[in-house]
Order: sequence, then C-alpha cells, then structure tokens
Amino acid sequence: MAMVLNEEAGMLKDAARGYLKASAPVSQLRKLRDSGSEDGFDRKTWADMAEMGWTGVLVPEAHGGVEMGHVAAGVIAEEMGRTLTASPYISTAIMGATALSRFGSDGQKSEWLPRIAAGEAITALAADEGRKHNPSRVAVSAERSGNGFKLNGRKTFVAEGHVADMLIVSARTAGSENEAEGITLFLVPRDAAGVTVERKDTVDSRHAADIVLDNVDVTADAVLGEVDNGLGALEAVLDAGRAGLSAEMSGSAQQCLDSTVGYLKERKQFGQIIGTFQALQHRAAHLYSEVELGKSIVLKALQTLDAAPDHAAMMVSAAKAKLGQVAQLAAREGVQMHGGMGMTDEFDIGFYMKRVRVAEALYGDANYHADKFARMRKY
Amino acid sequence: MADLDAFRADVRDWLEANCPEEMRQPIQDEEDVVWGGRTFNFTEPQKLWLDRMAGKGWTVPEWPVEYGGGGLDKAHAKVLREEMRKIGARAPVQSFGIWMLGPALLKYGTHEQKLEHLPKIARGEIRWAQGYSEPNAGSDLAALMTKCEDKGDHYLVNGQKIWTSYADKADWIFVLVRTDFQAPKHEGISFILVDMDQPGVTTKPIKLISGKSPFCETFFDDARAEKHNLVGELNKGWTVAKYLLTHEREMIGGMGSGAMRPMGDVAVQQVGLNEHGMLADPILRADVVRAEIDGLAFMSTMERVADEAKAGQGTGANSSMLKYYGTELNKRRMELMMDSAGSSGLEWDADEDVARMWLRSKGNSIEGGTSEVQLNIIAKRILELPSA
Repeated sequence: MAMVLNEEAGMLKDAARGYLKASAPVSQLRKLRDSGSEDGFDRKTWADMAEMGWTGVLVPEAHGGVEMGHVAAGVIAEEMGRTLTASPYISTAIMGATALSRFGSDGQKSEWLPRIAAGEAITALAADEGRKHNPSRVAVSAERSGNGFKLNGRKTFVAEGHVADMLIVSARTAGSENEAEGITLFLVPRDAAGVTVERKDTVDSRHAADIVLDNVDVTADAVLGEVDNGLGALEAVLDAGRAGLSAEMSGSAQQCLDSTVGYLKERKQFGQIIGTFQALQHRAAHLYSEVELGKSIVLKALQTLDAAPDHAAMMVSAAKAKLGQVAQLAAREGVQMHGGMGMTDEFDIGFYMKRVRVAEALYGDANYHADKFARMRKY
Repeated sequence: MADLDAFRADVRDWLEANCPEEMRQPIQDEEDVVWGGRTFNFTEPQKLWLDRMAGKGWTVPEWPVEYGGGGLDKAHAKVLREEMRKIGARAPVQSFGIWMLGPALLKYGTHEQKLEHLPKIARGEIRWAQGYSEPNAGSDLAALMTKCEDKGDHYLVNGQKIWTSYADKADWIFVLVRTDFQAPKHEGISFILVDMDQPGVTTKPIKLISGKSPFCETFFDDARAEKHNLVGELNKGWTVAKYLLTHEREMIGGMGSGAMRPMGDVAVQQVGLNEHGMLADPILRADVVRAEIDGLAFMSTMERVADEAKAGQGTGANSSMLKYYGTELNKRRMELMMDSAGSSGLEWDADEDVARMWLRSKGNSIEGGTSEVQLNIIAKRILELPSA
C-alpha cells in the first residue's frame, strides 16, 4: 500500500487542521485548566466533532457512522496532537468503537454504536490496576451470581473515566492475578449501583479516574466477547488506542518542532538570530529526522490496523515505542531551545511536554512496547 | 491493474526460466558482487545472468530502451524488483554508473553522450569511478582545484582526487574539475568524463583502518579528455554534481535498511537466550530492540519518501535526512554486531569478518557528505534556518 494519504484522508486532514486551529487551540486547554473544568474538555467542541463525523470514524455505516478506518482516525488524532485538543476522542471514537464493532453482540452494537457516532455516549477502558501498564494483571473479580456476575475491585488511571457513560472493564472470571487466561470484558454503565468514580487531575491539565467496583451486579448480556477469553479482545482495543495515541504524539512532536524552529528564527542573542548557530541547527535538524521517522512508523501501524487488524500488534508496539521517544525528545528539545521562555507557563511548549508524558505512559510506555516487540520477535 | 498483473505473471515466468540457480543464493562475500567492467572476472552464471537481464534492459529497468534500459515506469519496475526479491535473485550488476552517473547523464547529458555511455553501463561493460573529493576539498567540496584547460580540440586535466572508490578497478571516471579560477568557487566548476586507460591517469589504493583498500588516490598528470565528454555547460558542473550527490546519498543511506539479517536474529545466534526466552544479555537486548524499531521506522520512511516523490509531494532535500539517519543507524548496528560477537568479533580475518565491517561502517557517515554536512543541509533547505 502506498505510504501517502489518499484524497479522502488528505481532505479530512485539512478539514481537521482548519477546525482545530480555529476552534480548539491550546488556549482552549489553558482556559479549561484555569477555570477548573471538571470535564476537562469542551462539550461544544465534542458536539462539533460528532457533527463532522469524527466520533463515527470507526463506526460502521449501518450503525450511523462513517467507517473510514484507522488511517483516517489517526489523521484526526494527529491534528488533535498539534493543538492539544482535549476530548474523549481516543477513549470513545477509537477504543470504544473498536471494542463494540469488533467484539460486541448485535444487541450491544445497536445499543452503543449509534450513540458513540452521534457523540451522545462517552466510553472509557478500565484495564490497569497498578502503576505500570499490564493488561494481563487483573485482580478485579467477576463472580458468577444468578444469571449474571458480581464485580469487585479497583481500576486505576482510567482515561476519561470521570466523564464516561459506559466503562469497558476487564475482570477475572477464572485463574490467578497474572494469568492470561480467565479474563473477561464487561460493559458497565457508569450509573450502575456500586460504581464509584474518583476523579484525578493529571499533569497534562486533563483528568483521569480511579474506578471502584463494590458488588456491582451485571447481567450475562454485559459480557463483551467471550467469557474467560477476553485478553485478545482487550489487546485489540488497546492496540487501536495505542496507534491513536502514537498518531497524537506524532502531531505533538511536529508542532513542538515547528514552534521551536519558529522561535529559533525570531530570537536574537549576541546580536544574531539564534537560528544561525550551528549547535542549534544540528539539534533541530536531528529532531526533524526523528519526527519524520515517527510519522512513517505511525502511518505503517495505522495502515496495518486497516489491512490486517489481527497482525498489527508488532507494528503498533513499534509505533508506540518510537513515538513515545520521539515526542518526548521533541518536547525536551523544544523547552531547551526556547530557553527561559520554555520554562514559563505563558509559552505553550510546556503544555506539550506534559501531554506527551501522559500519552507516552498510557497503554504502555516506550519501554513496555520495546519489550513487547522483543518478545514478539522471540528474544 | 490488469496490465500490472499480466506483467507480474510474465516477469515471474521469465525469471524462473532465466535466473541461474547460483544467482538465487544470498551474497556471501565481495566476490559475489558483480561490478562489471573491462577487467572484471565473471563466473559463468554471473555472466549469463548479466547478459540475459541486460538483453531485457532490466539491469536498469527505468532507463529508456534506446539507452539500454527497460523503459518501465515506476509501478512496473517495482513489480520487477518484487518478483526478483521473491526468488532471491541477485542484482545482475551494480555500479556507480547505475547509481550515480546514469541518473546525472539522463538529466544533463546530450543525446550523443547518453548513446555513447549509458548502454555500456547497462550491459556492465564499463566500470565507472567518481572523482569528487580532493586532499583539500572534503566537506568543502566546492573548494576543489583540479585544473582543466581548454587545448583547442581537447581538454588537459591536472590535479589529484582522493577517496575515489575502486578507482584501481575502474575504466572511466567522472570528474569535477575547475575550469575558471577567477569565478566564485561554485561557478568555476565543470563535470567531465575521462577514460582512465591512458598514461596521464594513475591510481594508488589507500589502506583503511579495516585493513582493506576500497578507496584510492587518483592522479591526473596531463590527462586528456575529449571535448564531447563535458557534461552540462562549461562552469555549470556544480549543478550536475549536486544532483549526482543526491543519488549518492540515497545509495549510502539505503545501507541502514533491508537486505541484512535482522539484528535480533544475529544477537540470539551469538549470545543465546536465558531461561525466560529472552536474550541472555539484558542491556544488549534493550539496545538491539531499539535499533530494530528504529530500523523499521527508517525503512518505512524510505518507502514513504519514495511514495511521496511518486505522488509529487515531499521535498528532495529528504535525501540528506535519509543519508544522515541511515548511516548513523548502520554504525549503531555494527556496534551491536561487535557487542553480540564478543571475542569472536575481535579476531582479525575471522570467517564472518565482523570487525572489518564494523570498521568500514565508520566511513558511512563521512563519505558522500558527512553527517554534519547533512544536518547543515536539513537546517538550511528544509527548516529554512538562516545562515550566519
């Protein structure tokens, strides 16, 4: 497959950039932070995204979406990474839509997918339980009770968990805490009895939540995919999210590079534009190269998700590992080359440094994915 | 598409019938690489394979048919490459004529120059060397001083070139010479083709830290060049030189990719796995996997840059980025090869010769423009940062 965007995706990219620059730039995130917004995102912007079809980008047409695939979904995420637009897009439009359209029953699909596409429902994946990402480490229990299950335990660092209407929860129906077998995915409405959401402010001026499940009763219909055999589906949903986050980080890295190069062309010291200094030119040129490599591996991962979703894990891990490093390099170099200004809250570059730190950690950091890649390569 | 599918089927059948078994084996050492030329010692299968491919024009599939090429467009040429890769077919011939001079002649040469030189490159009859660097003109290539004087019916060349790859085995050399000593340095340079089979041209191999001598010094002492072998306009050679350098960079940058065994497989073979099925040296494992991921990202970038060029997008200056990243990556890879090999890598003249490859790789980020020069080009042409 040619590694260029087709016309449709190219148009989507232009449209997304135009909208986000005008209506949801970094100043919006700054305002949300300063006003202490509990949502951590702008509801009007989210409604606009639904209007433009973004929330339905992975939802089949039969369920009200536009089903454009992961490359298109990534194009939008990348542009959001440029403007640091906060929204439940990755948790809902990418991961929620992937979970339901690939693994949902007919009933689950028709209940949730049209609402996701319309921007009326927000979903969040509640998978991790410890400080470091580890999807097969599941202690949250789901015991059979009547014709359903009873869920108990705590999930940590659930992105968009504080605003989700529905949680996708991994729980143990068999086996012991670190076993790959015995994990089952459940769809749990946030307003179910026994669900407590503990909102946390995160370093990127957004929010996440810990989710406490205390004797939460769900029916057998709440099971997503197969009982005891949910890890494969969980990984597929995670991979969609990881690729989306990689695309987001790619956009953030490019924006850091652009802003920094712009600053190098303006700032004067020693009577000269500092961009004439070779020491800085070489740092910027190296960063450019890394950002270009990042762009390529992200596109490769997204194309693989569209063409062969069951064989995309390796390329997705490569992308997440690479972008975790590239985006953080871009942010670090950006702050350094902005000098003292880079340390101020007034300049945007610091917002990028904070967001990519979160995006890098979410669903496996660069080390996690490098290790996973090596395991898949059998070393 | 139907046309491409039919072409693919034809190519497959033809390759199956015409590619000798020996030419489908992986390249083991330097003797397996066919450079062609007047003095090259071909094995029988090498000669057979070269002649058959040259007969189809497929040694240079995208060159026009009248100049010995296959006249294929990019899509068809890609099919040919893919089908060759499928059966592990070796390149019938590789040369600086194909990679560097050919593209420059196609763009800047006259019809007569193309007719004279290109078919011989395509058939592997003439082996070319590159006369660019001089002892006092390395990264600052345009400071070159090799003198070329107009003697009425011919040119007379005097001076010295250095780092001329395999000049001792080459038949002809393309040379950057100074034809105007008064003009600003970029504006007094010309690009000329010189037959090395004359007393005025001598070569002397340079022994490298690897113990090998892939490069020479080349001396021009009243060497003669024919007037019709000036490529492009007089004093406009820098334009040709830069265009050719772009192709050289792509060629060297390409070393960071593909063809070689994946680094992880090499490391496993050398170091082994522990009881958890992980590479026994955990720090090496981390370095290896980072290099593999960067390699994957680099190969994807080569692919993307090529596809963007095809679609008329992107920037030509990206060849500097590929050259920079590809060579730095290759050096990293060679360090990891040495780390993996342990004491066996420290043996001089060992079977696998890792040490010599490791040492040779250090030149990758120097030849064809140093990494620092590539970073300068990226800063100037892509990022548009100002000059001091």
